[in-house]
Amino acid sequence: MVPIEYFLLLSALLFAIGAAGVIISRNLIIMFMAIELMLNAANLAIIAFSRMNNVVDGHVFVFIVFTIAAAEAAVGLAIIIMVFRNRESINADKFSLLKR
Amino acid sequence: MLDLLIFYFAAVFAVGGAIMMIMQRNPVASVLYMVVSLVAQAILYVQLSALFVGALLIIIYTGAILVLFLFVIMLLNLRGEHFGDKQSNMGRTSKIILSLILFVEFAALFKQIGFADRVGTQAVDVAEDFGSVEMVASHLFREYLYPFELTSILLLVAIVGAVIMARKDKTDREREEA
Amino acid sequence: MEQPLYLIPLIPLIGFLVNGLLLGRLGNKLVSFIACASVGISFILGVKFFFDLLALPESARVIENVFFTWIPAGQFHVNVSFLLDPLSAVMVLVVSGVGFLIHVYSIGYMHDDPGYGRYFTYLNLFIFSMLTLVLADNYLLMFVGWEGVGLCSYLLIGFWFEKKSAADAGKKAFIVNRIGDFGFLLGMFIIFWQTGSLDFKTVLDPATAHSMFAVGGGMVTAATLLMFLGATGKSAQIPLYVWLPDAMEGPTPVSALIHAATMVTAGVYMIARSNVLYMMAPATMAVVAIIGVATAMFAGTIALAQNDIKRVLAYSTVSQLGYMFTACGVAAFSAGIFHLMTHAFFKALLFLGAGSVIHSMAGQQDMRYMGGLKKRMPVTFWTFLIATLAITGIPGFSGFFSKDEILWKSFSTDYGSIWIWLIALVTAGMTAFYMFRLVFLTFFGEERMDAHTKEHLHESPKSMTGPLSMLALLSIIGGWVGIPHILGGDNRFEKFLEPVMKGLDHTEEGAHALASAAHDGTTELILMVGSVALVGLFIYLAYHFYLKNIAIAGKVRNSLSGVHKILYGKYFVDEFYHAVIVNPLVIGSKFLWKIFDVLIIDGFINGMAVLIGDISTSLRPSQSGILRTYTTIFLIGVIVILGIVLIFG
Repeated sequence: MVPIEYFLLLSALLFAIGAAGVIISRNLIIMFMAIELMLNAANLAIIAFSRMNNVVDGHVFVFIVFTIAAAEAAVGLAIIIMVFRNRESINADKFSLLKR
Repeated sequence: MLDLLIFYFAAVFAVGGAIMMIMQRNPVASVLYMVVSLVAQAILYVQLSALFVGALLIIIYTGAILVLFLFVIMLLNLRGEHFGDKQSNMGRTSKIILSLILFVEFAALFKQIGFADRVGTQAVDVAEDFGSVEMVASHLFREYLYPFELTSILLLVAIVGAVIMARKDKTDREREEA
Repeated sequence: MEQPLYLIPLIPLIGFLVNGLLLGRLGNKLVSFIACASVGISFILGVKFFFDLLALPESARVIENVFFTWIPAGQFHVNVSFLLDPLSAVMVLVVSGVGFLIHVYSIGYMHDDPGYGRYFTYLNLFIFSMLTLVLADNYLLMFVGWEGVGLCSYLLIGFWFEKKSAADAGKKAFIVNRIGDFGFLLGMFIIFWQTGSLDFKTVLDPATAHSMFAVGGGMVTAATLLMFLGATGKSAQIPLYVWLPDAMEGPTPVSALIHAATMVTAGVYMIARSNVLYMMAPATMAVVAIIGVATAMFAGTIALAQNDIKRVLAYSTVSQLGYMFTACGVAAFSAGIFHLMTHAFFKALLFLGAGSVIHSMAGQQDMRYMGGLKKRMPVTFWTFLIATLAITGIPGFSGFFSKDEILWKSFSTDYGSIWIWLIALVTAGMTAFYMFRLVFLTFFGEERMDAHTKEHLHESPKSMTGPLSMLALLSIIGGWVGIPHILGGDNRFEKFLEPVMKGLDHTEEGAHALASAAHDGTTELILMVGSVALVGLFIYLAYHFYLKNIAIAGKVRNSLSGVHKILYGKYFVDEFYHAVIVNPLVIGSKFLWKIFDVLIIDGFINGMAVLIGDISTSLRPSQSGILRTYTTIFLIGVIVILGIVLIFG
C-alpha cells in the first residue's frame, strides 16, 4: 500500500530535477532531455491521479502526451541540427543573437 | 510491504538516473542514464496499474525518442567537446537551490490540498483490466477520437517540418560538391 | 445722419499700409507724397465735417458714424463707430492740421536719413491711431487708439535704434505708459461693471450716469482716479512723467508732433470727454488739480537749469500739460482744451524751430555752444520768438488768452483755490524766465560755437520754414477765438464746447462753477494785469542774466550750487525710481530666471531624462540574449506564482 502522496512527491522531485537540468546545463541536447524528463514527471502524476480516482481518462491523456513528445522531439532535434550547422557548436551560451 | 520496497527501489533508480543524466559531460552517457530513469518509471507505472502506458513508455519513449537522440548525437559527432570555460560553482549551486525551492513549494501545495483525507489512495480497488489495452483503447476511440485524429495530423506536420529543416540546403550542397 | 467719418482715420491708415508694405519700391519723393497727402486729405475732410457740424443747431451738434459691429458678445456690445461733436472736431483739426505741417517739415529735416520711408510709415500710423482716439465713440475704441499712439511713440522715439540711449528711451516710454494703461483699463472695467456699457452716449449721459453712480461715491471716484492714472502716464504728469525728457532721443519733428501737440494731450482730452463722470467725483477733481499744478511747478524748476535745448522744451511741455490738468481739475474743461489747442501751435513751433537750429548746427543741441543765430537764421528766429511770446502769455498772442483763462478759473471757481492760482502764477513767471533764457542763449549774444560749425550755419529750406511760418501765424491768431468777455470778446471757444461739457449743466457743482465765472470783471482784470507784470519782471531778469552780463548767471549758479545740482539732476527722480522699482524687479527676475527656471524647472526636466536614461542603462543587461538566463527567469517566475498561490490560495 503505497500512499499516493509518495508518487506525487516523486513526480515533483523529478520535475524539479528536470528544471535544474534545463537551467544548469550548457549542452543543448541535455537541456532538451531534461525537458523530456519534466514531461515524464507530469505523466507520472497524471497516472497516479487516474489510479486514485479510478478513471482511465488519464491514461488516454498520457498517450496523447507521448505522441506530442515524439513530435516535439523530432522537430526540436531538427532545429538543433540546423543550429549546429550554423554555429558549429551546441553551447547554449554561444547563441546570444537576442542580445541588443 | 512489498509494494513499498518495489516503490523505493524504482524511485531510487528514477531519481538517481535523472540526477546522473544532468551531470554528465558526455551526451551519450546522458542518454543512457535517461533510459535507466525511464525504465524505473515504467516499473512505477505498472505498480499503478497502467500496463498499457507503461509498455508504451518503454517502446515509444526509450525505444524511439531516445534512440533518435542518440542518432542525432552521433550524426553531429558530439562527444564532449565544444565546452571551454567551467561553470561557476556559485551559479550552479544557486540554480540547484532554486529547483529545490520549486520542489518544496510543490510539497507544500500537496500538503495544503491534503490527499490523506481523500479516498482513493492505493487502497481503492480497481477493476481487473484497469489500464489494460482494451480499456484504454475503448476510451481512446470513443470519447477521445477527435484528439486522436488531431494528434495524427500533428505527427504529420512534425515529420514534414523536421524533414524540411534537417535537409541539407543549397549552400551545404554546394560546399559538398566543391 | 450717416456721414463717412471713418474716412478721417482710414486714409492715414491706408497711407501707412501702402508705405509700409511697399517701402523698398517707392522712392523717397513718392513716400513723402503719400504720407503728407493722406494727412492732408484727413485735414480737409475734418474741415468739411466741421462745417457740417456748424450747420447743425447748437444743441444737436453731433455726427455719428457706425463703421462696423466689433464685439457683439451678449450684453457687451462694442462697435467701431465714430462720433464728431465740438470737442472731437477741435481735436481732429488740431491733430490733422498740425500733423500735416509737421509731415511737410519732416521732408526737409529727414531728407538724408536712411530710414526715411520707415519714418513716414510710422508717422502715418501715429496719425491714424490719434484720430481713432479722438473720434471714438466708446472707451474701448479710444483705448485702441490710446495703445496705438503709445506703440508709435515707442517706434518713433527709438527710431535711431542703433543708438543705445534711443532704444532705451523708447522702451522706457512704452513701459511707463503701460503702467498708466493698467490704470486706464481698471477704470474701464469699473465703468463697464457698474453701467454695463462702454459707449459715451450711455455712460456720459448725465441722467444715466447719475442713476448708475452715486455722486462722490467710491465707484465713480475709483474709476475716474484710475483713468487719471492712465492720463498721467500718457500725458507725462507726476509720477509717470519720466519718459518724456528721455523721449527727446527721437527726431525733433517727432518730439514736435507726439510730445507737444498730440499724443501727450490725449489724457487731457480723455478727462474733458468724461467731464460728466469727473464732476461726480470731487475727490478726484482735487487730485487732478493738485497733481496738475504740482507738476507744472516741478517741471518748471527743472527747466531752469537744463542746457540741452530740447530738454528745456520737454520739461516745458510737462509743465504746460500740468496747466491743462489744473484747468480740468477746477472744472474749467473748455479752458483746458483751449490751452491744449494753443499749446499745440506754439509748442510744435518751438520744437520745429529747435529742430531747425539743430539741423543747421549739424546736431549740436547744447545751448552753451550756440548764440547769435538770429542773424544767420532769421525766419527761424522770428517764428521762434513769436512762439516764445505766446508761451509766456504776452497779451495778444494765443497763449495769453488760454493761460489767463486757466489762472482766472483756478482763482475763482468753487473747485479752485487761491493756492492753486498762486503756484500757477509763479510757474508762469518761471516759464517766462527759462523760455527767454533759451532765446537769449541761442539767438542773441556772442557766437560760442566752433569755427567749423559756424561756417555751415544756414537757414533751413522752404519745406521747413513754411510750416514754421504757418504755425507762427496760428500762434498769434489761434487765441482770438477765446477772447474773454471782459476784454470785449465773445469767448466763442467756450460757447462752442459748451454742449459737450454736460457735467457742468446738470449738477449742482457745475452750476457753482458756471456761476462764479459770471462774476464781475474787475477781479479778473486785476489778476490779468498782475500776471502780465510778473511775466514782464521775469523776462527782464532773464535778459539781465543771460544777455546783458552773462557772468552773473555763472556767479548765481555757483552761489546756489547745491540748488543748481538738484535742479540740473532733475531732483534725481529717475535714479530714485531705478533704485526703488527697477532694480528690485531686475534682481527678482534674475533670481527667478537663474534659480527657479534654470536650476529647478530645467533641472527637473533634464533630471527626468537623465533618470530614465540611467534606469534603462541599468536594466539593459537583463536583455543579455543568453538563453539560460531567460530560462532561469522563467523558473523564478513559476516559483513566485506558486508561492503566491500557496500563501493566498
